[in-house]
Amino acid sequence: MIILADIISATIIFAIPLLLVALGGMYSERSGTINIALEGIMIIGALFSSLFLNYAEKSGWGASHAQLAMLLAILVGGVTGLIYSLLLALASVSLKADQTIGGTALNLFAPAFAIVLSWAVQGQGQTTIYIPTWIKITQANFGLTISENPGFWEAMIFKNLYLTTPVAIVILALTIFLIYQTRFGLRLRACGEHPQAADSVGINVYKLRYIGVAISGFLAGIGGLAFTIAAGSGFQSTVAGYGFFALAVMIFGNWNPIRIFGAALFFALFKVIGSYSGSIPFLPSFSGIKYSQYLYQMLPYIVTMIILVFTSKKSRAPKAEGIPYDKGSR
Amino acid sequence: MSDFIIEMLQITKEFPGIKANDNITLQLKKGEVHALLGENGAGKSTLMSILFGLYQAEHGEIHKNGQKVLINNPNDANALNIGMVHQHFKLVEVFSVLENIILGVEPTKYSVLKRNEARQKIVQLSQQYKLSVEPDALIEDISVGMQQRVEILKMLYRDNEILIFDEPTAVLTPQEIKELMAIIRGLKAEGKSILFITHKLNEIMEVADRCTVLRKGQCIGTVDIDQTSVEELSRMMVGRPVQLIVDKADLIPGEIVLAVEHLTVASKLHKNNAVKDVSFNVRAGEIVCLAGIEGNGQSELIYALTGIEKPVSGRLTLKGHDLTKSSIRDRSKAGISHIPEDRHKFGLVLDYSLAENLVLQRYWEPRFHQNGLINREAVNQYADNLISKYDIRSGQGAQTIVRSMSGGNQQKAIVAREIDKNPELLIAIQPTRGLDIGAIEYIHTQLVAQRDSGKGVLLVSLELDEVMNVSDRILVIYEGNIVGEFDPKETTVEQLGLYMAGARRNDVKGGQV
Ligand SMILES: Nc1ncnc2c1ncn2[C@@H]1O[C@H](COP(=O)(O)OP(=O)(O)OP(=O)(O)O)[C@@H](O)[C@H]1O
Ligand SMILES: [Mg+2]
Repeated sequence: MIILADIISATIIFAIPLLLVALGGMYSERSGTINIALEGIMIIGALFSSLFLNYAEKSGWGASHAQLAMLLAILVGGVTGLIYSLLLALASVSLKADQTIGGTALNLFAPAFAIVLSWAVQGQGQTTIYIPTWIKITQANFGLTISENPGFWEAMIFKNLYLTTPVAIVILALTIFLIYQTRFGLRLRACGEHPQAADSVGINVYKLRYIGVAISGFLAGIGGLAFTIAAGSGFQSTVAGYGFFALAVMIFGNWNPIRIFGAALFFALFKVIGSYSGSIPFLPSFSGIKYSQYLYQMLPYIVTMIILVFTSKKSRAPKAEGIPYDKGSR
Repeated sequence: MSDFIIEMLQITKEFPGIKANDNITLQLKKGEVHALLGENGAGKSTLMSILFGLYQAEHGEIHKNGQKVLINNPNDANALNIGMVHQHFKLVEVFSVLENIILGVEPTKYSVLKRNEARQKIVQLSQQYKLSVEPDALIEDISVGMQQRVEILKMLYRDNEILIFDEPTAVLTPQEIKELMAIIRGLKAEGKSILFITHKLNEIMEVADRCTVLRKGQCIGTVDIDQTSVEELSRMMVGRPVQLIVDKADLIPGEIVLAVEHLTVASKLHKNNAVKDVSFNVRAGEIVCLAGIEGNGQSELIYALTGIEKPVSGRLTLKGHDLTKSSIRDRSKAGISHIPEDRHKFGLVLDYSLAENLVLQRYWEPRFHQNGLINREAVNQYADNLISKYDIRSGQGAQTIVRSMSGGNQQKAIVAREIDKNPELLIAIQPTRGLDIGAIEYIHTQLVAQRDSGKGVLLVSLELDEVMNVSDRILVIYEGNIVGEFDPKETTVEQLGLYMAGARRNDVKGGQV
């Protein structure tokens, strides 16, 4: 039972960054801009929010105001991600550059910059930025006592609970509402489907595309922090391909927030099965094969490829995504 | 107060290499239907786009009710109650009818959409103007006719007073055109002022009060419809008298060029087959016309003939060669030319230059190559030759990006490419859709010339006038079956109509005369 609780709670903690980043990608693509730079934006967000937490720890202020510091860290990650993403918006919306090339450039720059800055702050060779442990939400935050032998629910909820989880759930709910029920959502989607039509009814396509990319930057920045927390060993100038993983989640989720949530859980589950494979009793162990422990760790990536092969044909991307909008063309 | 609700005075607009509008003046009276007539590329869409704020004129002024106004974008136009139905509809396919109508002027409370309020207004408008639509249907699921009603409702929803229709009838079936004419009369009765672009002179005679004629970017003049005639209008437009009926000599058809045997093609829209066990021939020296109401399997039949789709069963042969399983390129090489129904989807690569589009079916031929690379010079020479031979007009000649060309000239480019291949069989689907009468005359002459030189022509058309005018033999298709075969000299439009609507049938198996 406890193993099951562990698996569920680990699945959730790994699903959160995927959810946040895939939702971010969705905002951008729904507005018509392919955001392949999610990986790089995550790194930037993770870098600055980790530095912030680290600073809060050193100043001594963080530990006594843990959740406030965490909330600020989330904002730092979001805002720095947003600022970084504006470079993509500038290149692909205003300058009408190829969106893939612009995004790739941002992806290449981010990890290098992260290493340089980590070293500059912490000293040569000090790549890992440690995340303080006090950010975790515990029973104490709710005035509960920590039991010696936690039951199923207690283990499931409190094993890995961080502020990013409720924040992500709120963002998910807000997104569902925004995209389908509001004027903003309707206009955003129109820009990604048929910008000429949007333009002809007086919608500012450029502005909405900027907003779409900016929101994706904000969410991907937070996602970077969420990933760093899930990975557990501090920030090491990488998010291990989760930005690309999130793109797959977004496609599998068919650019639909609820389905993206499902897809994020699904992929995270495979990731967790990969890491817990040793302690799950009914899984075959392939002990005859050299390095068999890596077989399960490959699982999420293999599953991603297989699923994309089968679903990407049926999935329906926003029609005008990837094409810079030019008022003059017809 | 001025008599005119809108005046466009001395408008000039240039695109790279071409003056699309050259000092044009257009005056619209309140409550009139004003037609705008002109050859393909004459500048009609450009002029209307200026009025709607999509383009800005270099010179000239726009006045509303005698007052000068500036229209820099569609928002400005909207604020002046000007609305437009574009030549290519501007609808978001995955949105519902309702969402498309309210887009840009959404009724909201705390920025949440008030769909119910919008729905009420739409239902009320659609009853008032007899524009039946389903508010919750997706655009991609509804007919072109209904899409157009959505575009009209978009304008009415915004309380527009000045309504611009850019070639609204080019994409409609004859029945839908009749309905649109009634709608336009209804709008006029409600006091709306209407600008109406069309190439069909009988439509102008039917609904318009006045007509302004453009030619090569210049204004030729404005006439009252009750003091003019079809002949005068066509003379003004083309600059010479136009022959509306093609001359063609009697010919005795020769050997069989295309033989279709028991062809069955699946439908993408429903589970039934779109084409059911159809057999017919096209012989050398004849124009066979496939007539029918849109959606009765003619598209699928053509897809199977040209290789775009695979048939479920059946056989097709060209001059005795079995092509049932051949690729599109092999069919093309064997001598099938295809003027497709959807020129943007199957006919052209819109972002390539005109020259590249003109060699699209033959760029692999040795004459266009040098040391394994494409020989630009040979390609351009070939393109220039076709451009002058087929009078394709564009801003920058062979180097024009096809997307920027006017619809009619895009069509001419395809016709030139396909006919110049000197095919055994020319398959032409709605080849004159959206063309001006001069160009129609030209294309009809080309079709007849193919026939006279002993080639087979298979023509698909929704326009009964065209069917009666050019074909040697008419096959009527209804729900995937060929339900009648006629000699145009011995039948009437009414009789064809009955067969096309499925009211009568005498099944043709084998399709021999
Ligand atoms: N955005 C553009 N860029 C460059 N050239 C253009 C553009 N729009 C129109 N043109 C050119 O201006 C001329 C007038 O085009 P326009 O579309 O107004 O013609 P039209 O009268 O509407 O013709 P049709 O009956 O074929 O629709 C054409 O030669 C066209 O190639
Ligand atoms: Mg036009």
